[in-house]
Amino acid sequence: MIPTTACLFLSAMLFFLGMLGFLLRKNALVVFMSVELMLNAANLAFIAFARMHGGVIGTTGHVSAFFVIAVAAAEAGVGLAIIIALFRTRRTLDVDEVRALKH
Amino acid sequence: MSVEIILFFVFSVCTLAGASLVIFSKSPIASAMSLVATFFFLAGIYVLLFAHAIAALQIIVYAGAVMVLFVLVIMLLPLKDLGPAFRFTPARWIGAFSAATILSGLLYAAMQWDEYLKNKLPLGTEATNAMSPETLSRFGTLEEIGLAIYTRWLFPFEALSLLLLAAILGAVVIAKARI
Repeated sequence: MIPTTACLFLSAMLFFLGMLGFLLRKNALVVFMSVELMLNAANLAFIAFARMHGGVIGTTGHVSAFFVIAVAAAEAGVGLAIIIALFRTRRTLDVDEVRALKH
Repeated sequence: MSVEIILFFVFSVCTLAGASLVIFSKSPIASAMSLVATFFFLAGIYVLLFAHAIAALQIIVYAGAVMVLFVLVIMLLPLKDLGPAFRFTPARWIGAFSAATILSGLLYAAMQWDEYLKNKLPLGTEATNAMSPETLSRFGTLEEIGLAIYTRWLFPFEALSLLLLAAILGAVVIAKARI
């Protein structure tokens, strides 16, 4: 059996990479992909703990992962629509140039 | 070292490499393709963790539906060169620093948890909740998950369908030319 701690380490590193991309990248599309990476890191932790516990608790972990996947799909749909609308009005994908709410 | 552990190690390294490529590659299409690869390797890890149904969902929903959406949007938008992929302002340095802090915190917590688990269990026992082969063969199947979703988690599941409907309508309204 795969040690749960190893899965948690992988999950932490995946979350770190996602957060780094979310905070540092300029391209709005890549920022969005980083969010998906972070959601996947959370999913990995869910499934690692599910494997550790097994039984009803484990199945609940799998159901949580299923819900995360569904919410991520909804989020991707709306987010990409926002990016298209943003590009239509602003002609840019750079997250630093979108600051209408700043002043 | 069993085959399981070796496969897990290979998949982990590939996942982290794919994730790094998502972050560091300059062109968005390269990022998207690396993300697809990352999702596939993660699905492999899910299979090793006996989450077969979730692994299938991961490939169908993430690597299939979501990434097709991403690639389609990349195709719709003209890819002009944005210059360097990263821009370092003081705020971003703080962001990178906080990300590193969170990483070290998470790794520390995982290590502490490992210690805790070792101390809690009597010496010599496996640090796992070993399942019998019969329970293990049913664990993580679509049947088990479906049973849980349609009995105990029925209300969240129906709320999720409402959320997806709202997301469809929202996406159409937002992406329309004139609002």
